[in-house]
Amino acid sequence: MREPFIHLAGMSKVYRRRRDEFLAVSDVTLDVTAGELVSLVGPSGCGKTTVLKVLAGLHPHDGGTVRIGNAETPFDPTRDIGMVFQQPLLLKWRRIIENVLLPAEILGIARGEARERAQFLLDMVGLAGFERSYPYELSGGMQQRAAIARSLIHDPQVILMDEPFGALDALTREKMNLELMRIWEESRKTIIFVTHSIQEAVFLGSRCAVLTAGPARMADNFEIDLPYPRTLDLKTHQDFGVYARRIYRLLGME
Amino acid sequence: MEGWRENIGRWVLIAAMHVAVVVAWQLWVVLGKVESYIMPTPVETFATLLDFQNYNWMHNTLVTAASVFGGFWLAVAVGVVLALVFSWSRRLNDAFMPLIVSLNMIPKVALGPIFIVWFSYGLGPNIIIAFSICFLPILITTARGLDEVEPDLLDLVRTLRATRWQVFAKIQLPSALPYLFSGMKVAVVLAVAGAIVGEFIASEEGLGYLMLQVQVALDTAAMFMAVLLITAVGVVLYALVLLLERLAVVRDARLD
Repeated sequence: MREPFIHLAGMSKVYRRRRDEFLAVSDVTLDVTAGELVSLVGPSGCGKTTVLKVLAGLHPHDGGTVRIGNAETPFDPTRDIGMVFQQPLLLKWRRIIENVLLPAEILGIARGEARERAQFLLDMVGLAGFERSYPYELSGGMQQRAAIARSLIHDPQVILMDEPFGALDALTREKMNLELMRIWEESRKTIIFVTHSIQEAVFLGSRCAVLTAGPARMADNFEIDLPYPRTLDLKTHQDFGVYARRIYRLLGME
Repeated sequence: MEGWRENIGRWVLIAAMHVAVVVAWQLWVVLGKVESYIMPTPVETFATLLDFQNYNWMHNTLVTAASVFGGFWLAVAVGVVLALVFSWSRRLNDAFMPLIVSLNMIPKVALGPIFIVWFSYGLGPNIIIAFSICFLPILITTARGLDEVEPDLLDLVRTLRATRWQVFAKIQLPSALPYLFSGMKVAVVLAVAGAIVGEFIASEEGLGYLMLQVQVALDTAAMFMAVLLITAVGVVLYALVLLLERLAVVRDARLD
């Protein structure tokens, strides 16, 4: 078998505040092949965000193994992480294209080259024509598209998404799911997608990892063998329901 | 432009409201037969402007403006620099911020007589009084603004190994600007009050000093005129702050 691109084995993380210890997550075991889209699903407080922060290198882990990169796809922790959060977190005083360019500026990527790529990415996420708008002139969904373009500007290997569509209305959210499918297929990035929507987890993921709360630990992880490209029809498909029920059962909701 | 007509309308309304107050003032005094040493009419008040030999309006207004502007901009400079220092060093912040808040409780007006002993009469002590009265709001709002960055956004730039300077220049400082401006707006009013207090107690020129001079002669019209000119100095400074804000801060980021 090929060496996985992301390898987590028995990973755990404990937060310490003064004398209190708080087990944020334990026993996360997950192998991800380059180019996969993995949904990380679970209730609030199950440690989904903690897993992302460990992968992003923002927090050290306490136990187990965390490894990103393999012989075929080396990994540079500074340049190979893109992040998208629930809030777009665009800088209000920058035009959309300048917002997309922020990571490129920080990494010192040549301006001309970066602008060209920013334009390409804005076209890809469907924001052509809004380069010179300010964030407040865009809807929530459009702002989140800009945030996705920003996460791709430095051409990272991995995109970490923390409930990126959680603040959007239901219809916009479905539309963004379809858009993300398309963007993922065009960009061939490895995406770790945190969500608490079971529907979203099954619809998007080529693999799904289920975390449970109290105690926060990883319950299961399995491949979602549904054909791509996925369309909304899939949600009424029988196999879709089978996967969704499997997650409901793991979360003790059935 | 689309908003052009609307803008004109707004300006007309603003001017009309100001004029209406002056007209009401005139009617009140004339119809109510108020003695002019109690309350002069606007016409009598503005007539004092013609007597520049006696009142030396131009010079006195410039002196007052110098104290107000001097104290205000000094406060902006010191307030912003201290806010930066405190945002860079938690330790300095913890050591000095409570002390500054305590010192701020000193009634600055009460320091006037002491300042006269230290700095003698003149522009210097007035600028210092105006400064000391208006710098804290600038320090506090700017310090708050520098801290007001979304933690997730900091995570995002930390994954890119952004330097402290990059975080400061690209994120913290621009996001603190609206806070700085809201502090400046509060500070304008305080700077005017501080400068006038200084002129009441420690000056031989300026509109505050002039008011005390003409008060003795019950020259109420000149006192009213002095108050109007002091107000005008404040309005000009406030307008300048608004203009700067408009140039520096994108519309949506402004705090209104």
